[in-house]
Amino acid sequence: MNKVVANAEEALRGIADNMTLMVGGFGLCGIPENSINALVKSGVKGLTCISNNAGVDDFGLGLLLQTKQIRKMISSYVGENAEFERQMLSGELEVELIPQGTLAERCRAGGAGIPAFFTPAGYGTEVAAGKETREFHGKMYVMEEWLRADFALVKAWKGDRLGNLVYKRTARNFNPMMAMAGTVTVAEVEHLVEPGEVDPDEVHTPGIFVQRIFQGSNYEKRIEQRTVRKR
Amino acid sequence: MALTKEQMAQRIARELKDGWYVNLGIGIPTLVANYIPAGISVELQSENGILGMGPFPFEGEEDADLINAGKQTVTLKDGAAIFDSATSFAMIRGQHVQLTVLGAMEVNDSGDIANWKIPGKMVKGMGGAMDLVASADNIIVCMLHTNKAGESKLLKQCTLPLTGVGCVKKIVSDLGVFDVTPEGFRLLERAPGVSVEEIKAKTEGRLVVEGLVPEMQV
Repeated sequence: MNKVVANAEEALRGIADNMTLMVGGFGLCGIPENSINALVKSGVKGLTCISNNAGVDDFGLGLLLQTKQIRKMISSYVGENAEFERQMLSGELEVELIPQGTLAERCRAGGAGIPAFFTPAGYGTEVAAGKETREFHGKMYVMEEWLRADFALVKAWKGDRLGNLVYKRTARNFNPMMAMAGTVTVAEVEHLVEPGEVDPDEVHTPGIFVQRIFQGSNYEKRIEQRTVRKR
Repeated sequence: MALTKEQMAQRIARELKDGWYVNLGIGIPTLVANYIPAGISVELQSENGILGMGPFPFEGEEDADLINAGKQTVTLKDGAAIFDSATSFAMIRGQHVQLTVLGAMEVNDSGDIANWKIPGKMVKGMGGAMDLVASADNIIVCMLHTNKAGESKLLKQCTLPLTGVGCVKKIVSDLGVFDVTPEGFRLLERAPGVSVEEIKAKTEGRLVVEGLVPEMQV
């Protein structure tokens, strides 16, 4: 078994207009930089992107907003992106905002074959509008459905030819659940290694969830809020 | 005098109990970490996937792969743990986190909170706030008592889209400390030099004042 492809362009083969994509990362941390750049070059449009955030104006998913390749965003927080706000308020971009924990669990559910679940998040708010609610043990919950995607684009620190992935620090975030929920999951890694070089006890995403893997390059890893203390 | 941001954070820090896991929201709540009382040990949870979050890094030691939920560079304490977002919210929804501290644009006297959207003007999204307020047993809201126009933010009814319903237990504003009770906001402490009359005048929601209300020690 060999899931290795040469580069992002090859890894994204089959992505077409109007598809639904999951894109890993939290803010700019742990985003699949190479895959996003290749998406911009590919020119595919009408995309629905499921991602916790929408990047910033000139980096991450913000690049795909600048080129108007995204038709709809499904996110929990989009406050760092002026172009996003402009497109949303003008109605050019469709936006569905959902609670962060619900977003994570909907991706997990999609990958785990659980079509819906109940969560207390959003009960009594506009997030629950039109959704089934039910009482369990004296508390009210909202039914939320799974999310699945034609492609899931994730970023890991290390991965082997079989697609076993290890993430680094908080660059893990949404990547493991999204890897589970993609019909085709593309993983880009900083270090592509041979089977046996990842300790089985330390695998975060087992290779079964990954269809294509490639060695990424030129990671910028931009920091959104550089915050330091005095020595 | 109304409390400064630092004094509000300091006052909230006195609510911490030894052994708690605590989630601090963005803004003033983050400052609470600077005032954890001596002899009390708490672990900070950040919903992007950290338990045991440490202070900001020294200059030159920032790691782009290690940020908090406010996207700030942070460090890890010894004994920290890293996990994915689904596990993080399992901790939150599963009520394994003992205290949540977050900011608000409005609260009402039955404990509703609004902090994620101003229709037609500002839409940043709720992030993890809806999951946090729907689940935590213990929620402290840290907020300014009035808006820039001087109007009360402690209301009978919230006017903005809600983040959660009937969930706020305690409020630390720049003017005082309040419990949210079935009878309304119960005034527990006043900021130094702030009178009960001033608080009454600046609180639109139902306010309960019983006996002499002590002045806060800061």
